[in-house]
Amino acid sequence: MEEKTLYTVSIFTENRVGMLSQISIIFNRRKLNIETLSVSPSSIEGVHKFTITAHSDESTIDKIVKQIEKRIDVLKAFYYTDDEIVYQEIALYKVPTAQLLAEPNLEAIIRRYNARILEITPEYTVLEKSGHHEETQSLFEELKRFDIRQFVRSGRVAVTKCTSEYVTEFLEQRNQCKEELQEEWRHQ
Amino acid sequence: MSNQISGAEALVKSLIAEGVDTVFGYPGGAIIPVYDVLYDYSKELNHILVRHEQGATHAAEGYSRVSGRPGVVIVTSGPAATNVITGLSDAIMDSTPLVVITGQVSSAFLGSDAFQETDVLGITQPLTKWSYQIRSAADIQWAVSRAFYIATTGRPGPVVLDFAKNAQLEKVEWTGYKKCRYIRSYIPEPEISEQVLNEAAELINQAERPMIFAGHGIELSGAEQELREIAEKADIPVASTLLGKSTLPTTHRLNVGMLGMHGNVAANMATFRTDVVIAIGMRFDDRVTGDTNQFIKQAKVIHIDIDSTEFGKIIPTDVAVHGDARNVLQRLLPKINQVRHEEWIASFDADKQIEQAKVIDKEIYPAEGAITMGEVAHKVSEATGNKAILVTDVGQNQMLSSRYFGFSESRSIVTSGGLGTMGFGLPAAIGAKIGAPERTVCFFTGDGGLQMTVEELGVILQYGIEVKIILLNNNFLGMVRQWQEIFQNCRYSQTEMINPDFVKLAESYGIAAEDVVSREQLDGAIERMVKHKGSYLLNVNIDPQGMVYPMVPAGARLDNIILSRNEKYKKQS
Repeated sequence: MEEKTLYTVSIFTENRVGMLSQISIIFNRRKLNIETLSVSPSSIEGVHKFTITAHSDESTIDKIVKQIEKRIDVLKAFYYTDDEIVYQEIALYKVPTAQLLAEPNLEAIIRRYNARILEITPEYTVLEKSGHHEETQSLFEELKRFDIRQFVRSGRVAVTKCTSEYVTEFLEQRNQCKEELQEEWRHQ
Repeated sequence: MSNQISGAEALVKSLIAEGVDTVFGYPGGAIIPVYDVLYDYSKELNHILVRHEQGATHAAEGYSRVSGRPGVVIVTSGPAATNVITGLSDAIMDSTPLVVITGQVSSAFLGSDAFQETDVLGITQPLTKWSYQIRSAADIQWAVSRAFYIATTGRPGPVVLDFAKNAQLEKVEWTGYKKCRYIRSYIPEPEISEQVLNEAAELINQAERPMIFAGHGIELSGAEQELREIAEKADIPVASTLLGKSTLPTTHRLNVGMLGMHGNVAANMATFRTDVVIAIGMRFDDRVTGDTNQFIKQAKVIHIDIDSTEFGKIIPTDVAVHGDARNVLQRLLPKINQVRHEEWIASFDADKQIEQAKVIDKEIYPAEGAITMGEVAHKVSEATGNKAILVTDVGQNQMLSSRYFGFSESRSIVTSGGLGTMGFGLPAAIGAKIGAPERTVCFFTGDGGLQMTVEELGVILQYGIEVKIILLNNNFLGMVRQWQEIFQNCRYSQTEMINPDFVKLAESYGIAAEDVVSREQLDGAIERMVKHKGSYLLNVNIDPQGMVYPMVPAGARLDNIILSRNEKYKKQS
């Protein structure tokens, strides 16, 4: 058995209904759990970006990514290991205010974890921390003793470390191809 | 001047503009507006009323396989939509272009469990190349043109248009039809890399024992002539997949038969000696490869395919040529040296002789005993000059008819390869005859598979379609019985069938039919069937213990060949 690695899959699609189910079903067929998922419009108008992480061997993730890219409305799909990307997650912690205030070292904790306080009410306080999974998890461990009421962590977002922007280049090529075709059809 | 038409009419006009002449379908509540329009367009668009929606999809597949044009299906929502799932699944496995239009409840009711509502997009997305819901009449032109473009280009496959009833009824301005020729996110014809072609040519030119694996993709891209030219120029033996059987005439000097589980001995054994495999438009199905860990290990593999996800999916590829088979072979041809491989080709002979003596002669020229499936197939093929289209169902009838049928033209075998859909045959045969009316269609089936879609005999009755039905009747689910005999110690669990009188059944549908019980009756019956103008059913009582040999057990190495009940293949030294 090949060693399992955490891969980050980036998928760029047209903004069309049903893309998520088309993509997730491909993971299902290969019995791969999606660890995290994040979807949002990309910097390119009309193009959506999915960021998915999953533990896999390289040969499986390679096949999955190819099969995702084969879907008609998918523009491009890539997979990366952690050293190829800059990535981040964000976590929110809802803690009873009274317990938090009873802590003499609260300032030290906030500073050490570089956390932010988003809201304080007499009943609860909401803290926020962004970072890698281990970092948000370690604050979670720290805050456990204050009786965390709610905790949520986002899916990973990531940008690549490489210098060329493949999706932009792909779209430029496709546009050029379209113009050439239109020219051809005009002469027919 | 405004030219407002209904969405339903816009759909029909779009189909006609795409060059569709025949649709297979079945009306129902959520598609009635479209059927109302079809009533007015019956001259332009021939509608075949099937008896079950599954039949519509298989008929459309049969039509497409022989004609090369997309098969079109129109059905209603809910149960009709779920009934087309098997056909969609079959078509995606065997790369068959279909455009399937399902009715759908009005947009306002979507998601509310309305009468005959089903989640068509949710169910069909994993088994189609593309599926799309038309919720507004303004979408129709765009969606239909995309559907045809996607279904027919690149690696062909089925698409679904789920057509909400409100969109059928809405009025839309008709300004003429524009075919889709470009989708930003979809590149059906990849540019073929010159460097990769050179690498492939170099491997082929250095090869001492090259072998071509010819798949369905050759017919899909129209590369039959190019295949022949390359094989002849470089003197390369051609082994095929099941769906690739008619890519090269059966009698061609370089055709060494089929690969895999029920493939030819010489072809399978050559996979252990070949040094360069050129796989064209095929996907290394497990029925072809046997144990993938012990398949063509010693060979370099050149894989030519339009679908890059096939590269390395099953077998590691040394040179992956991404492109349309025809274009690739055309550009490869001038780079290939003209050579002879006499010794290599002669090395197939010993195994060919073994198979001839130990399997083929016994199957097609039995001296005594019950009628065998192979002899029927062989005789029917000869009686039709090896020129007919063979349509098969699935199972022993499929393996033995394709084994002993001769092919002289391309697009002559219509069978369910990837999905192995019992019940595929009868509707596919009807569709094949409609798609190639000038050709004879011989449909081989078993008593099990025929009864899975036997209702489609009604289509033969209603439209007078000429299909020669050869029922290889052993009152058993023969292929499962075969596995039970070999692997389950003859425990025949639920494989014996009490059957109706098939001759009377055929006659009640106005189809001429006769029983064949003994060998003496066979020639005469086949002659009567071939001469008869119209459909004909031969109910041939065959040996219930008939087996498909040779056989490589599932997942075994391809040299693990069973030749008969008491003999295994032994390698020639």
